[in-house]
Amino acid sequence: MTAVADRPPAPEAPLTTTPAAKEPVRRTGLLLAAIAGAWVVGWALFQGVATLPLGRAALTGFQRSLNDLRDAFDAARNSNFVLDVVFGGIRDGLDAFVSAARGLLSQPAFPRPVPEIGWLGVLAIFAWLTYALAGLRSTVLVVLSTLSFALLGYWSDSIDLLIVTFTAVFFCLLIGIPLGIAMARSKAVTTVVTPVLDVMQTMPSFSYLLPLVLLFSIGASAAVVATLIYALPPVVRITAHGLRSVSPATIEATRSMGSTRGQLLRTVQLPMARRTIIVGINQTIMAALSMATIAALVDGPGLGQPVVEALQSLNIGNAFVAGLAIVITAIMLDRTTTAASERAEKERRAGRNAPQHRRLVLGATAVLALAAVYLSRTYLWAADPERLPDLGGPLADATSSATDWITDTFFGATNGIRDAATYGLLNPLQSLLADSPWWLVAAVLLATAYVLGGWRPALISAVCLGVILGVGLWQDSMVTLTMTLVATALVMILAVLFGVWMGRSRRADTALRPLLDAGQTIPPFVYLVPALALFGPTRFTAIVAAILYAGPAAIKLVADGIRGVSPTTVEAATAAGSSTLQVITKVQLPMARAALVLAANQGLLYVLSMVVIGGLVGGGALGYTVVSGFAQAQLYGKGLAAGIAIVALGIMLDRITQHAAARQGRR
Amino acid sequence: MTLTPERMDEVSARIARLDEARRTPLLHVESLWKVFGPKADRIIGTPDAELSRRELMARTGCVVAVKDVSFDVAPGEVFVVMGLSGSGKSTLVRCLTRLIEPTAGTVVVAGQDITSASDAQLRDLRRKHVAMVFQHFGLLPHRRVIDNVAYGLEIRGDAKAARRQRAQEMVDLVGLAGNENSYPDQLSGGMQQRVGLARALAVDPSVLLFDEPFSALDPLIRRDMQNEVIRLHHEVGKTMVFITHDLAEALKLGDRILIMRDGEMVQVGRPDEVVGAPADDYVRDFVSDVPRSHVLTLRWVMRDPQPEDSLDGPVMGPDVVVKAAAHKVLAAAHPVRVVLGDQLLGVVDREDVLRVIVAEESV
Ligand SMILES: Nc1ncnc2c1ncn2[C@@H]1O[C@H](COP(=O)(O)OP(=O)(O)O)[C@@H](O)[C@H]1O
Ligand SMILES: [Mg+2]
Repeated sequence: MTAVADRPPAPEAPLTTTPAAKEPVRRTGLLLAAIAGAWVVGWALFQGVATLPLGRAALTGFQRSLNDLRDAFDAARNSNFVLDVVFGGIRDGLDAFVSAARGLLSQPAFPRPVPEIGWLGVLAIFAWLTYALAGLRSTVLVVLSTLSFALLGYWSDSIDLLIVTFTAVFFCLLIGIPLGIAMARSKAVTTVVTPVLDVMQTMPSFSYLLPLVLLFSIGASAAVVATLIYALPPVVRITAHGLRSVSPATIEATRSMGSTRGQLLRTVQLPMARRTIIVGINQTIMAALSMATIAALVDGPGLGQPVVEALQSLNIGNAFVAGLAIVITAIMLDRTTTAASERAEKERRAGRNAPQHRRLVLGATAVLALAAVYLSRTYLWAADPERLPDLGGPLADATSSATDWITDTFFGATNGIRDAATYGLLNPLQSLLADSPWWLVAAVLLATAYVLGGWRPALISAVCLGVILGVGLWQDSMVTLTMTLVATALVMILAVLFGVWMGRSRRADTALRPLLDAGQTIPPFVYLVPALALFGPTRFTAIVAAILYAGPAAIKLVADGIRGVSPTTVEAATAAGSSTLQVITKVQLPMARAALVLAANQGLLYVLSMVVIGGLVGGGALGYTVVSGFAQAQLYGKGLAAGIAIVALGIMLDRITQHAAARQGRR
Repeated sequence: MTLTPERMDEVSARIARLDEARRTPLLHVESLWKVFGPKADRIIGTPDAELSRRELMARTGCVVAVKDVSFDVAPGEVFVVMGLSGSGKSTLVRCLTRLIEPTAGTVVVAGQDITSASDAQLRDLRRKHVAMVFQHFGLLPHRRVIDNVAYGLEIRGDAKAARRQRAQEMVDLVGLAGNENSYPDQLSGGMQQRVGLARALAVDPSVLLFDEPFSALDPLIRRDMQNEVIRLHHEVGKTMVFITHDLAEALKLGDRILIMRDGEMVQVGRPDEVVGAPADDYVRDFVSDVPRSHVLTLRWVMRDPQPEDSLDGPVMGPDVVVKAAAHKVLAAAHPVRVVLGDQLLGVVDREDVLRVIVAEESV
């Protein structure tokens, strides 16, 4: 007997991508190069011809008709049944609810000079709720966070933000969980709802604020509805996913015992999907928080308002302090909901009945909390946060001087970076996109879509480009597209560098991942602040903010892709004598192609939504047009048109990269 | 196993009793079909139904998982369905309570036609009359052992105190006393399957269905669990339909065995019949590794008495396994007489027994 012959043959590990897979990649590359060449030639010949520019205050017929539409809505608001009763009812109900909550917690409740419950009472209520739901550590976090709202001088704005957020979250759960359940139980519902959720999630947050104004006018209700729409998809999707991933063996066993569908749902599917659903709730809360800050643009109450004011007046100090309060809110909510879900799990394990002493503690602390509420209704020191020491003012001043010092000292460096990116990348590409005739750019984009993804994305792109032409904002859209592409390119460079590092080194992963996770919980608005501080109000500022916002997601996707490459393959390549660089470029990156394309897809969407928000800090183009649509009544129609153009851009970029990703997946 | 006369008769008596009881079967299955795929019901009765699986798949995109299967199970019988993976066992057993909807055929449980039962009747059947044990246990991870066992009682609406008591009895019965407050993932595989068993027994069903319940367990644990099933069968006497792909398990547990291949019935018979008279090469191949002396009974090795045979030898029953009889046959001075009641069926001598044992050594 020969031992060698008995051994099973070692599994074959491909050292590089197979030739068959490499060929189409090379061909795609050649085709794209050819398209780019033709483009440059066309640009040189026709530069400045048919670029479809539109002056800042100029309006097209379509945009004017949107203004008329707004006027018609305004005129009909009190007479039309749907507007008056349905949307008017929703508006009044939400407004009444939010102002009741504000009178209770954050705004002077006439005739009182302070809210019904002062800061001490609110603090005590928050602390007690957190203690009951999430445990002692979270309670400490919540107390410190809430206290910091008062100390930073943004008490009422912070509480307002929480009110808008949780009002929206309440309705998200009310609608989202039953919808998720219906999706898990019915294919038909899934077929109908999924595309709607897809559109909701690809729409940049900036683009549906203006249409909502049509229906709800500006104010708290529009903010709540916008937040609701933005935050609904995660809880729906994750609830459906959680229910569907309950093991079929368990479901079959339950059916075999004669359970009804209702019993199955109640006793098996929901309990088993509980953890997943709580993750969905966490994501919905975080999404709601980020949208609730942006909803300041439609006059939604909350911390977004001081940030917008400070950004627009270039007051870095105030923007920083208000932004800090937003970050603290985000961390507080994220940590607390996570702790609450872990706590729920542990408690379930520990047994059905909460231990006796815990009930005693909860009862005793409830009495304390009520005492605090009483104090805060009786004594001004416990009611008025202004009576607490003010840390916000000094902090704002310190930030302003620090920023001045940094910009003065590193003037050369920051300007150098900005100018290099602006003259090296931004201007040439913008010239190609915005100074070429529209038909040339359209042809180039369609050809690229076809080469990367096939005829379907090309067709969708044609429709999207048609929409952009139709709303009359071609050149602005091309400028926004330029910024999006440049920022995405930079995001991808970061994603590959950090992703490869993290994918190859456990230690790097352990060190960086918490930072990236934290970065992802911060509402995008906040990223404008440091970008503005360093680079002033320019296009490049919007790009920096976009990179900060999109970077974490893209880096994590690439890192996971690299980590997912089979270790045997890497081992085989190393055994064959490849250098580290060769392993990375010839094995790991090619095999993580699908993850790279997915990162590009996510990166593009994140970047686009941030680049347009950058309209607030000198980003110009479509984002600026949207912002001026909020600010100036006669530009409303133009802003709405810009919102449509943003959605069209988003769908086009999403479809092209999605199809390209699907192709990579198939290879 | 000691060969007391009672024990000899017990085996034969059980066979006779089951044969008799099968005339009024507890479970009656007739011409059962299950075809997966588009327009599945159009296949039965056409020439397509006679095609092999692969050809049918290519022509119509359908898979015949169960093909014209009929059998009866007597009250108290352990009926084993055996076949290779993919032969349609799981589908068959699920059709019995319509967890999978049969395409054609009849299933009658305790006189009730299942195939035409309403949803409510079906639920009632599953809640009270038929319980199932699964390969992957299918326990509820968020419930404690005791609550898992009580689950079937809970969904049919039994009072809380009653179901707790019953569940506790079942936990004790399967030897899990002391673990009632554990969660399933804190138990070993074997213990989890004991929970599955207890859960099935809790509703006091008349039929227990097992779908490869021990295939996911280690060999030693599997043997324990098989013995546990035998013990429980002695104690509670339930009718069982037991699916397995393991021939040794089938021979050990089954009163009768149904052998399936590609959805079709190949043979139904007692273990000794399957080993002693395989229906075709497929079955012969299957049973070729079986130690025949462990399965074949004297019935299969006896011969007619010849005039020169002395009839002074000891007496044994026809359903005694050869291995168990060997010692006595080899030690006896005269051939053993095989007797049922007061009828002499044949004789067995040293050579007859040695032939079986030697043949088995050379396999
Ligand atoms: N839901 C299904 N859809 C299509 N084919 C199925 C389905 N379930 C089982 N089959 C097919 O039916 C055949 C029998 O499967 P199964 O009953 O699981 O066999 P066994 O339990 O004996 O391994 C297999 O060929 C399997 O592929
Ligand atoms: Mg099976």
